Amino acid sequence: MLTLAFYLAFLLIFVVFAVYGERKTAAFIQNRLGPMEVGPKGILQTVADLLKMLQKEDIKASSVDKLPFLIAPIIVFVAVFTGFSLLPLNAELSGSTASGGLFLLLAIISLDVLGILMAGWASNNKYSLFGSMRSVAQIISYEIPIGLSVLSVVIITGTLDLQETSIQQTGRGLLGWNLVQHPVLVIPFLIFIISGLAESNRTPFDLPESESELVGGYHTEYSGFRWGIFMLSEYGMMLLLSILGSILFLGGWNSPFPNMEFLSLSDLTSGTFWGVFWLLSKSLLLVFVQMWVRWTLPRLRVDQLMSLSWKYLTPVSILMLFICGIWKLWLLS
Amino acid sequence: MSYFKNISYAFRTIRKGLALTLRYFFKIRFRRNAEPVTSINYFDGENGTFTVQYPKQEIPVPDHGRYKLHNEIDDCIVCDKCAKICPVDCIEIEPIRAVEEYGRTSDGTPLRIHAAKFDIDMAKCCFCGLCTVVCPTECLTMTDEYDYSTNNILDHNFSFSKMTENEIAQKRSELEKFQSEKSSAKSESASKESEKVSPKKPVAKPVFKPRPIPKRK
Repeated sequence: MLTLAFYLAFLLIFVVFAVYGERKTAAFIQNRLGPMEVGPKGILQTVADLLKMLQKEDIKASSVDKLPFLIAPIIVFVAVFTGFSLLPLNAELSGSTASGGLFLLLAIISLDVLGILMAGWASNNKYSLFGSMRSVAQIISYEIPIGLSVLSVVIITGTLDLQETSIQQTGRGLLGWNLVQHPVLVIPFLIFIISGLAESNRTPFDLPESESELVGGYHTEYSGFRWGIFMLSEYGMMLLLSILGSILFLGGWNSPFPNMEFLSLSDLTSGTFWGVFWLLSKSLLLVFVQMWVRWTLPRLRVDQLMSLSWKYLTPVSILMLFICGIWKLWLLS
Repeated sequence: MSYFKNISYAFRTIRKGLALTLRYFFKIRFRRNAEPVTSINYFDGENGTFTVQYPKQEIPVPDHGRYKLHNEIDDCIVCDKCAKICPVDCIEIEPIRAVEEYGRTSDGTPLRIHAAKFDIDMAKCCFCGLCTVVCPTECLTMTDEYDYSTNNILDHNFSFSKMTENEIAQKRSELEKFQSEKSSAKSESASKESEKVSPKKPVAKPVFKPRPIPKRK
């Protein structure tokens, strides 16, 4: 319960500063300054934007399908946020202790496509519908490589429990991380990041939203707080997949420093707060990677998106699943 | 085989793109110097932030750039050349002839006409700079002031005349008085002279007459 409460508070704060960070990253990559006016170096810009957004009128167009239109943002947010309940925070706070946690997490977060489809359909607007159709096609396609890449880790760790996965990586610092300990996982890690971008509708896979062609896609008709929930869910999804990635591949809440004979760095940098610190800093690093990719690569075409998923990522992840099985059978037994 | 080529091509290009953007990301610790366009380093903006925070920080502009017109009214002889050459008719002048030379400009040109009105509508101005070229006393210049946007377009009409309503009325009446005196004197002298003047020889008409330039408006 405490874990979930922490994640709820952290998510809200994270979204405010992630939007700021996103704008600053974009600005820095483009030789600009970004927000500079509100607060020192513009750090309160998103707070100001948020206050403006909350005061906006809650517009419901007359021809929208009322019920799905109103509950769609809630479904999207609930689907994303439920995922957080399964994430451990540090060695003591393990979140939900469901033994099939990872499986449940992947199942729940793919429910958000339902909310997106409802939003696009209920908006009664062809571009919103385009956006949500693309989103459904995209998320269903990318569920497969992301699921297979996660399965590669599961084969090696032999558990679906995320806390158990973290505990297995304890003690040896950086060398204990799954990614370092089992170098076969490098390719599943890349596939995880690429599919994670697609799952959270981020550039270069932001076809469902594509500001420039669909004017926001499925959330075009939303305004004010309801739109804010979509925004929150998008950033929540980024954070969720980054935390999941850092637990599965980058050692979760474990310190990156190994214990050495003369200096037990790992023990020095472990503990309740250190665990939270390491987990969140690894995740925020992955969030930065997502932002960095966003301002580097242009948006894919729909056919390119599909061919990337079905022709490249899926076969490669099936192959990696096979290789990881061999790795587990012959090298670890 | 193109399958694997595609994969390696994607990896190479993405790596290159990411390296490029990351390089720019870390260049942000450098700031652009507020150097004018004449500086040799002006276009080195790709090294660090190019944006300047305008009202707090300004990039100097050349002081002879085409920004805002200014008329030094004490030096203006109200020759109307600027209003004539203006392609968009943004200069409006209302001259009142003085009864006598009332001063000199700083370059010594005699002042014979009062400017009751010297308005430049910068909202109409096309910034060609022709008026500053034709100005004989060089009183009409373009300054380096470029930030004069307002909420009301009428505020873009800049008035340079320093004469008050009273002065204008006074100069008008002086001129009228002078003219009426002159015309009465003329008619008197004409009536005197008409008696004694013998019929003149017919004057040959000039073969070439300069074509009158039609005044616009």
